[in-house]
Amino acid sequence: MYLNSIFSNPERLERLGDIAQSSFLPLIEAAVQFTLPLSVISFILGLFLAIVTALARISTVRIFQWIARVYVSIIRGTPLLVQLFILFYGLPTIGVTIDPFPAAVIGFSLNVGAYASEVIRAAILSIPKGQWEAADTIGMSYSQTLRRVILPQASRVSVPPLSNTFISLVKDTSLAALILVTEMFRVAQQIAATNYEFLLLYGQAALIYWIICFSLSLVQGRLENRFDRYVSR
Amino acid sequence: MISIKNLHKSFGELEVLKGIDLDVEKGQTIVVIGPSGSGKTTFLRCLNILEKPSAGTVEIGGLVADFSKPMSKKQITAFRKQSAMVFQHYNLFPHMTVLDNIMEGPVTVQKKGKAQAKEKALALLEKVGLSDKADSYPYQLSGGQQQRVGIARALALEPKVMLFDEPTSALDPELVGEVLQVMKDLAQEGMTMVVVTHEMRFAKGAADEVLFMDSGRIVERGTPDAVFNRPQEERTKRFLNLIQDTDTI
Ligand SMILES: Nc1ncnc2c1ncn2[C@@H]1O[C@H](COP(=O)(O)OP(=O)(O)OP(=O)(O)O)[C@@H](O)[C@H]1O
Ligand SMILES: [Mg+2]
Repeated sequence: MYLNSIFSNPERLERLGDIAQSSFLPLIEAAVQFTLPLSVISFILGLFLAIVTALARISTVRIFQWIARVYVSIIRGTPLLVQLFILFYGLPTIGVTIDPFPAAVIGFSLNVGAYASEVIRAAILSIPKGQWEAADTIGMSYSQTLRRVILPQASRVSVPPLSNTFISLVKDTSLAALILVTEMFRVAQQIAATNYEFLLLYGQAALIYWIICFSLSLVQGRLENRFDRYVSR
Repeated sequence: MISIKNLHKSFGELEVLKGIDLDVEKGQTIVVIGPSGSGKTTFLRCLNILEKPSAGTVEIGGLVADFSKPMSKKQITAFRKQSAMVFQHYNLFPHMTVLDNIMEGPVTVQKKGKAQAKEKALALLEKVGLSDKADSYPYQLSGGQQQRVGIARALALEPKVMLFDEPTSALDPELVGEVLQVMKDLAQEGMTMVVVTHEMRFAKGAADEVLFMDSGRIVERGTPDAVFNRPQEERTKRFLNLIQDTDTI
């Protein structure tokens, strides 16, 4: 067994230690250069898309509602990996070639846009009707009402579910390895291919993902506290 | 100040206002009473176009709205500015401090300077007796205090007419007085007000005229003394009998 062989073989143990040490830096580099930027950029773009989609869903204009529904349905109804493959391997066959990183950004943004739009829509609908009316009676326009009254309150409600979306996104960026983005998981694969220490390398990658996601959940807690300052506890 | 002619409002098949006519002089306080579902709230909301009336004309402060014709957003906004609404459930903005609640209209909508708006807001807070609560959030206030902030927020818009929809009916009994006092002061200062309330004391003490509404019509109207003590209509008598035991309607 693997474990047995490690402990019965001090040389193997030493070799593993060396590999772990030397691969740590490239993995971190890949995380900082690709995994994190990919997550952050996709999340920000996706969030904009999500707000627009949520507003389209609650608008009274039929065609907007319809476009938003179709978009959300397509994204939710197809695997993320298939979407990425269509963007990166599929589109070139009709003459549209996108580099790995931008292709990944597009894919992940579209995904966040669809999932987060449902979160934001629910959050907007959870704001009592009286808030819209109070804004109306002081003369606010629709966009002022959204900006000043509805979205600030909706964002408080949205922090926990959107944090989940973001954390899932960080983990999902590992799929970008399959469209040749040299993010952390792909780097782990590349290193493992040279020394066959798959468990070690994938274990290291897993540990770094976990550290990132754990830090994010701490940030989530702080955000929630901050937003809670105006509600009684 | 207000002139309402043949105001109608339907929700689909249901006709809620069946032709309301009313003239209110500047500085008058009108109290509207009537059974639940008679259309009192709908009537007030129509004056602020929170509901779009189906037909009729309303003139407030010299601005006329003819609801048989389509209105642009701009016209609605301009018309809405003539009056301000105080809600039964206050509807304060929970994510803003008391001061920001009051300044929101003047600053965001009316584009007034912050310093000027703040000065005005503080003066209004003093008027409603809440100078020390400027930096509190709504959840930190009692219902009565929240409603007084609601009144200050409406006043900050400098409306010509104040509309109150059962401003005290969500309050614990011991908090009702402080809100009614603020409203009485306003009436005394010459504010034109339309008040839907079930508070007899207020109606008797502050109203120039009492309207009794039933099934979307004004059934009876007159001075508080006349309506409460010598009602002419059978429906008014029955309604007043129902509520005679208590001080509130
Ligand atoms: N948005 C709406 N859609 C459909 N029907 C409505 C709507 N708003 C009010 N109604 C109906 O209009 C009628 C009058 O309601 P309104 O709220 O004006 O009564 P009210 O006199 O204020 O009653 P209460 O004393 O209970 O507040 C009721 O039958 C109510 O169900
Ligand atoms: Mg009502």
